[in-house]
Amino acid sequence: MRLILGFVMALWPMVTLADDRVSQFTLGNGMQVVVIEDRRAPVVVHMVWYRVGAADEAPGESGLAHFLEHLMFKGTKTLAPGEFSQRVSAQGGSDNAFTSWDYTAYFQRIAADRLEMVMAMEADRMVNLTLAQRDVETERDVVLEERTTRVDSDPAGLFSEQRQAALYLNHPYGRPIIGWRHEIAALDREGALRFYRAHYAPDNAILVIAGDVSADEVRALAETHYGVIPASGRITGRERPAEPPQIAERRLIMDDPRVGQPYVIRSYLAPSRQAGAQQQAAALVMLAQLLGGSGPNSVLSRALEFDRQIAVQTSAFYDSTGYDHSSFALVAVPAPGVTLAEVEAALDEALAAFMAAGVNADDFARIKAQMKAQEIYALDSTMGVARRYGVALTSGLTVGDVIAWPQVLQDVTPEQVMEAARTVLDRRQSVTGWLRKEAGQ
Amino acid sequence: MIARLVGLLSLLALPALADVPVQVVTSKGGITAWLVEEPAIPFIALEIRFRGGATLDPEGKEGAVNLMAGLLEEGTGDLDSQGFAAARDRLAASFRFGASREGVSVSARFLSENREAAVDLLRRALVEPAFAPADLERVRGQVLSGLRRDAQDPEALAALAFDRAAFGDHTYARPTDGTLESVVALTVEDIRAAHQAALARDRVYVAAVGDISAADLGPMLDTLLGALPETGAPLAGPATVGLTGQVVVEPFPGPQSILLFGHEGIRRSDPDFFAAFVVSEILGGGRFGTRLMTEVREKRGLTYGIGAGLSELDQATLVAGQVQTGNATVRQTIEVIRAEWARIADISAAELEAVKTYLTGAYPLRWDGNANIARALVGLLMDGYPPDYPTKRNGYIEAVTLEDARRVAARVFDPERLSFVVVGSPEGLDAE
Repeated sequence: MRLILGFVMALWPMVTLADDRVSQFTLGNGMQVVVIEDRRAPVVVHMVWYRVGAADEAPGESGLAHFLEHLMFKGTKTLAPGEFSQRVSAQGGSDNAFTSWDYTAYFQRIAADRLEMVMAMEADRMVNLTLAQRDVETERDVVLEERTTRVDSDPAGLFSEQRQAALYLNHPYGRPIIGWRHEIAALDREGALRFYRAHYAPDNAILVIAGDVSADEVRALAETHYGVIPASGRITGRERPAEPPQIAERRLIMDDPRVGQPYVIRSYLAPSRQAGAQQQAAALVMLAQLLGGSGPNSVLSRALEFDRQIAVQTSAFYDSTGYDHSSFALVAVPAPGVTLAEVEAALDEALAAFMAAGVNADDFARIKAQMKAQEIYALDSTMGVARRYGVALTSGLTVGDVIAWPQVLQDVTPEQVMEAARTVLDRRQSVTGWLRKEAGQ
Repeated sequence: MIARLVGLLSLLALPALADVPVQVVTSKGGITAWLVEEPAIPFIALEIRFRGGATLDPEGKEGAVNLMAGLLEEGTGDLDSQGFAAARDRLAASFRFGASREGVSVSARFLSENREAAVDLLRRALVEPAFAPADLERVRGQVLSGLRRDAQDPEALAALAFDRAAFGDHTYARPTDGTLESVVALTVEDIRAAHQAALARDRVYVAAVGDISAADLGPMLDTLLGALPETGAPLAGPATVGLTGQVVVEPFPGPQSILLFGHEGIRRSDPDFFAAFVVSEILGGGRFGTRLMTEVREKRGLTYGIGAGLSELDQATLVAGQVQTGNATVRQTIEVIRAEWARIADISAAELEAVKTYLTGAYPLRWDGNANIARALVGLLMDGYPPDYPTKRNGYIEAVTLEDARRVAARVFDPERLSFVVVGSPEGLDAE
């Protein structure tokens, strides 16, 4: 497809970055576009990411961003409720959506020659949503059932929600994405439409397209369908309430008769990747791999599962993205007959030993080699690659940051890992939770 | 977060493929594999399946094959558990071993440049596993921990209760991972016996996708699998599906109940299979717009998700579905599902056309990614399809007429036999 001159309204020339499969440009109305070419199959993934999520809700309306995500399937001026998905299905495609604290995203996966059809519909519901009162009420029941399934029916789900709430003293990351039950029950049509008008606009959206399509083709289609939507002009920065200094460790104990296997988990408040400054987050990724992400050769596994056989499972994880913050977590599942107090003490001893001994050079080299290969394996999933860009860009990062990230990881030094560990593994900025069936475990 | 229901009860996922060029490779040693060459990314995805799985566990030794599969990555020869993991990580390879009700699966990914060393390491894990006593104890502890968790997980409890209702005293009713009692009692000898019984050349299926040629794949298969025993333990005998319209309630605390429902299904080899498959997609395919999703979720808000479909075991078939709903609405949900079962044969020409368009359009889309393709191919191979099935499959869907769909719907979907297993605290529901 050739570019028709009249449609080329982009303010910047198309930039082809170091990764020659990835292009980005911005439409005249401020909508950012990322194209990842992957010609292996005649398929395309079309995603629109809004820079709004659960952490952008006002106090008292938790769950609103996620509720609106559900309602986005309930019709526009020209599409009946449910018709969006039906049209995608009728073409053999699939569609869905998801919400987090920092983003709300909608996607379709479809034959590459049907890209324009889904793009036209996605552009339509960016501005033309109509909601019938009855559909809103029924969908609220669906979301309440979803909450029951995901959270209330599962002690680990409830426990996670309680820990998240305790980790943040002031920042809205402490609120559940799906919302507190009593607040979901009070969500209504007017609130959803207000949130929609405030946040759904091209200047608050990122289009990510991956698959069997060229950047030129995408640009022409995007200009036609998204480029004609006026910028909102009212999109403001994302100023969320900031955390005060955290000066007191928090501890939670949750007892639930449905718990089959008790465990202890500690989450530390942690920094996330920042545009142009990803080193500390990269060091934390390496730290998580060293402590609990490399199977039987992890520090915690060696100490607690092999040497002392006090735990049946250990792990460490860290999510490097997050617009404001992230968290770094350690988990230990005690062996039978071992109490949570004992396994937590063993965890702290293993941590202290690691802080004293530092990074094992063999472990470090092996983890780096493995991560390098993971980058190659990751290319196998077109959807996964597209998702990486969407998550990063709605978390305040740039395409350049995403492309640089694998090298940033490779460049981490053992000294940086230990420095990050000293900074982040500070009990005063942590929540330690015990999940058990009953007291005494 | 409006993910659709997928993978319930391992519902039949009809593999979809349009023009994927499958090569059939037979090694000198007689091992056959399906191959798709895809040199775009320098790695190989290898999927290996051994038929049999947990059904091979002797009476009283439930969980032996599962525990054996969990120990394959715990050392071989002079490599202990940590040494094996380090060697694997140094090669930047990924190996996953798993056991299911009817199979043992091995999923491997390795870079082209490390192919020989990675295959050799994988061979040692499969052929000469150490099964060291200390590792047995450690992995046993992990399995027991999972079983303790499952004993309090309504979804896991429902799956077991459904299997008991469906299969009575057949081996299919036994838990794949074993029980707290059976797993505690397993010995190293039991694990060695499970290894001999389950990993044999007479039951192996292989698919490879990625940066490897047919000429290289043959010798690789012999290297990897040639030293396994030629035959394994006998497979399970016929099963009858005992779902005759009962409602079974297993009390469990919590705000919601989980419902599994279904009855006997239809064989893939049956001439009516594709008509039944199309009907099952109209009823409960895992997406919006199906009858169950529309009636139970969209119109009434009774659930977050519902799906149903056909599945086939070696010795039995099922039509089965799953839904979760509040305890107060279990009765209503059952009534709605029964009503949908009763009107199943009332299919319009437009409805049939819509689902055929969806199925035939979705078919080629599912084939991207080496690992995805390898998984789908090994499934086809195991199910006995020919390598050109992918190019013919849409034709089978297209050939289903409205008359076929209505007739087969009435034949396969039977409201009288539709049975429910409920785990939760449902209100106003008596076991029937």
